[in-house]
Amino acid sequence: MAELRATTPCAGLLPLRAGAMWLEEVDPGRITSLMPGPGQAGALDAALHAAHGVGWPDPGTAHLGDGAAVIWTGMDQAMLVGPAPEPALAEAAALTDQSDAWAVVDLSGEDGPEALARLVPVDLRAHVFAEGATARTLLGHMSVSITRTGPERLRIMAFRSMAGTLVHELQTAMERVAARRGLETGAPDG
Amino acid sequence: MRLRCPLCGERDRREFSYKGAAVALDRPATEDWSAEWDDYLHNRANPAGETRDLWQHAAGCGAWLVVTRDTVTHAVTEVALARDAARGKGAA
Ligand SMILES: [Zn+2]
Repeated sequence: MAELRATTPCAGLLPLRAGAMWLEEVDPGRITSLMPGPGQAGALDAALHAAHGVGWPDPGTAHLGDGAAVIWTGMDQAMLVGPAPEPALAEAAALTDQSDAWAVVDLSGEDGPEALARLVPVDLRAHVFAEGATARTLLGHMSVSITRTGPERLRIMAFRSMAGTLVHELQTAMERVAARRGLETGAPDG
Repeated sequence: MRLRCPLCGERDRREFSYKGAAVALDRPATEDWSAEWDDYLHNRANPAGETRDLWQHAAGCGAWLVVTRDTVTHAVTEVALARDAARGKGAA
């Protein structure tokens, strides 16, 4: 009988480092899209708090809890990331399992926003895009979700089929920013 | 060009896709053919001045938007969710 082994979307591609930037793959656990019915956002908020200790987020925000996160991903839509969804959530929202549909990576280091400035048309610097801020936007030609999860950490979600392109685009931008830093300081990059 | 999405804030034009005149929100109430239907399906104004268009924040939140802008000055004066604009007219 065939032995099937699960591989992650970025298997064999990550982690990598350039200058003072690190890119690593994240195992997000379960990812479930939550879409509340008309007028159901309040009920979903209560159900989320009761079941997972996080609330329904406003547009552009993410609630980052210890075990569970809820990341806003569009009009009337957010992703529950981490645990399997409590069935009670289905009373207020349509739930869709998207666990294997996304490649999830963390870009960390002070120069992360500098690298992303070459790819993303949104200002992601920490004083503009603070912890808990999230955006649906473009990275190159790809649709992505970007969330600031720490002072020097950005979480990027792209469609799984784009994992190779995601890593390639990020690696290129990171290496170029690192090379520029090397010129500025006279220190060898890498 | 930048548009201020009511959900996402000010974003670059490349995140949006353009559909056309916001007349698409004004579907005639009657099912019978009429001059109203003719206008709805076929006739479009090409104003030098204020125009209302439908755009989608396709690479952002996905929302359909009604953008009011001036074709002479390029000023964008309003961006509203199409859902709200349609409900304001009494549509469900
Ligand atoms: Zn938007």
